Amino acid sequence: MSRETVTTQEVKFNVFRFNADDDYLPYYKEYTLEVTSEDVVLDILNKIKWEHDGSFSYRRSCRHGICGACAMKVNGRSTLACKERMMDMIELFGNEMTLEPLSVKRAVKDLIIDKSDFWEKHAKIDPYLVDEIDETPEHENLVSQADMDKLLDADVCIQCGACHYACPAVAINEEFIGPAAFAAAYRFEIDARDQSNNARLEIVDQEKQGVWDCVKCFECQEACPKDINPIEKITKLHNMIFKEGMANNDVAARHAVGFERSIKKHGILDEGELVRYSEGNIGVLKHVPVALKMFKKGKIVLPWKMPKADKLDEIKKLVESSSTVKY
Amino acid sequence: MAEKLKYALFTGCTAKESTPEQMMSTMAVADKLGIELIELTEASCCGASHLQDYDDFLSLVLNARNIAYAEKHGLTMVTICNTCQLNSAMTKHRLDNNAELKAKVNAKLAEVGLEYKGTSLVTHFLYAIIDDFGLDKIKEMVVKPLSQFNIAPFYGCHNIRPSELQNESHRTAENPYNPTSLDDLIIACGGHNVDYNEKNKCCGFHAELQAPHTAAVLTGNAVAGAMDNNADWMVTPCPLCHLKLDTQTGHASQAIGREVSLPVLHMQQMIGLALGCSYEELGLKHHVTAVDFVS
Repeated sequence: MSRETVTTQEVKFNVFRFNADDDYLPYYKEYTLEVTSEDVVLDILNKIKWEHDGSFSYRRSCRHGICGACAMKVNGRSTLACKERMMDMIELFGNEMTLEPLSVKRAVKDLIIDKSDFWEKHAKIDPYLVDEIDETPEHENLVSQADMDKLLDADVCIQCGACHYACPAVAINEEFIGPAAFAAAYRFEIDARDQSNNARLEIVDQEKQGVWDCVKCFECQEACPKDINPIEKITKLHNMIFKEGMANNDVAARHAVGFERSIKKHGILDEGELVRYSEGNIGVLKHVPVALKMFKKGKIVLPWKMPKADKLDEIKKLVESSSTVKY
Repeated sequence: MAEKLKYALFTGCTAKESTPEQMMSTMAVADKLGIELIELTEASCCGASHLQDYDDFLSLVLNARNIAYAEKHGLTMVTICNTCQLNSAMTKHRLDNNAELKAKVNAKLAEVGLEYKGTSLVTHFLYAIIDDFGLDKIKEMVVKPLSQFNIAPFYGCHNIRPSELQNESHRTAENPYNPTSLDDLIIACGGHNVDYNEKNKCCGFHAELQAPHTAAVLTGNAVAGAMDNNADWMVTPCPLCHLKLDTQTGHASQAIGREVSLPVLHMQQMIGLALGCSYEELGLKHHVTAVDFVS
């Protein structure tokens, strides 16, 4: 961009401030700054620190979107401060912005957070290639392009934590491994060279910590600055669990399978039967109080009144011929 | 008025089962607005964001089949459920951008004499109304403005995320971190839109069976957020969010340690009220959390 086309705008920033050593509670400090069309968010953070308050703290390092240090939130949107253009932020949010750490609850000092939970979960899925390495190989071990293509997009993760701290399941359930570590689990699990014999699939298959507790909100896909699409990797891990015959006989797996059963029978979903099949005849009892309330309001269709899609034969035929996995 | 708007309607499953009021109000509002909806009675379940975890290819085939029926009519497919919208639009996106995958899916569809071409758009009724009908026209048609109410919009994940995909499905660009379509609709109906942090967050529906605590906390947070910002009621374009917010506040209250409950209307019911539809026409008796402000 030539100097002549540089424009400026005034923006009001509400900046999250907190020092775990001194403050009981965080607070927001207001800074009104001139923003130029050349600025990225990191330039604003630098301006605040260099020109207004030297104690303002944030992580930064590479300035090229590859180290992941400067991940933070602008108006609730995760981003890399060094990569995000201010003019794009103004277009999205107007001239008032809130700058916050990725996780308010894990803030240590201003935008710096304690990322230990992220690293613990990352370590949990063995994020490395498991193989007996021949120390004196006689030739190169070539991997086909097709095999590499399966893992390449997941491999560009910079561990910035944007998806992890955007995930509501992570925020509520401390055991949940989270989208970043799931994407890493996929990256190594799908690697043709890996010899871990589905060890990672075992880990992500467990309830509470595994993929089954994903709420399917797509916050991770939206948050990722590297377009890794973690929820797509979560889907692929689910698929691998079923393909490897590792899915447990539990509510989570049966819930996914139940859709196929129902579609085959009715074309559409039989809601009551899906819950019964997923939970089992005893587990389903805990849903009775809510089901009764719904029944009173005409929200439960009785089994013998269950509607069916037209051309059900066609649907049945397609389910049978297109099915690629057994449970 | 120009040419009558006409769409192929993919009702989804809940409209036939647990949210009959959603089907009733959709038809009542379409009638008031003069929009013709041709119901895709052949459509199957979209897989509700779970089937693809089990069998991704089967999910693609079934969703492509649904869209193929809309294509036969030569119409845009309109969805009235966020998750139907996501699964249908995702299928369309993947097939339209991957000739090999499209050919594989079409090989299966050919067995039943169908073909997915990619000629029909897939859009949620909310965006069809905004893009094609126009909020200004709704505003003109309002006979009973909702001016007494503070209404909290609850967008539902699968209409706003992933934004790249969603914004292919409609012309009104939506920012998932600051969505405005439902707020604009509330205003068009004469109501006061409530701003709150949870409006673009997850209701927890899809994890209800596998992760009941997580799901209940999310529901609780959503309703609490609306209540703390003085909402009289909530409105959503998604019947799954509706089910969660309308029927599950007991669990949600327990999970967050605080009594939360608000009436929740489907987007169609809100429009219907403003256009003068009756309590009966909008199926308001089918709510577990009573809609006590309408008689």
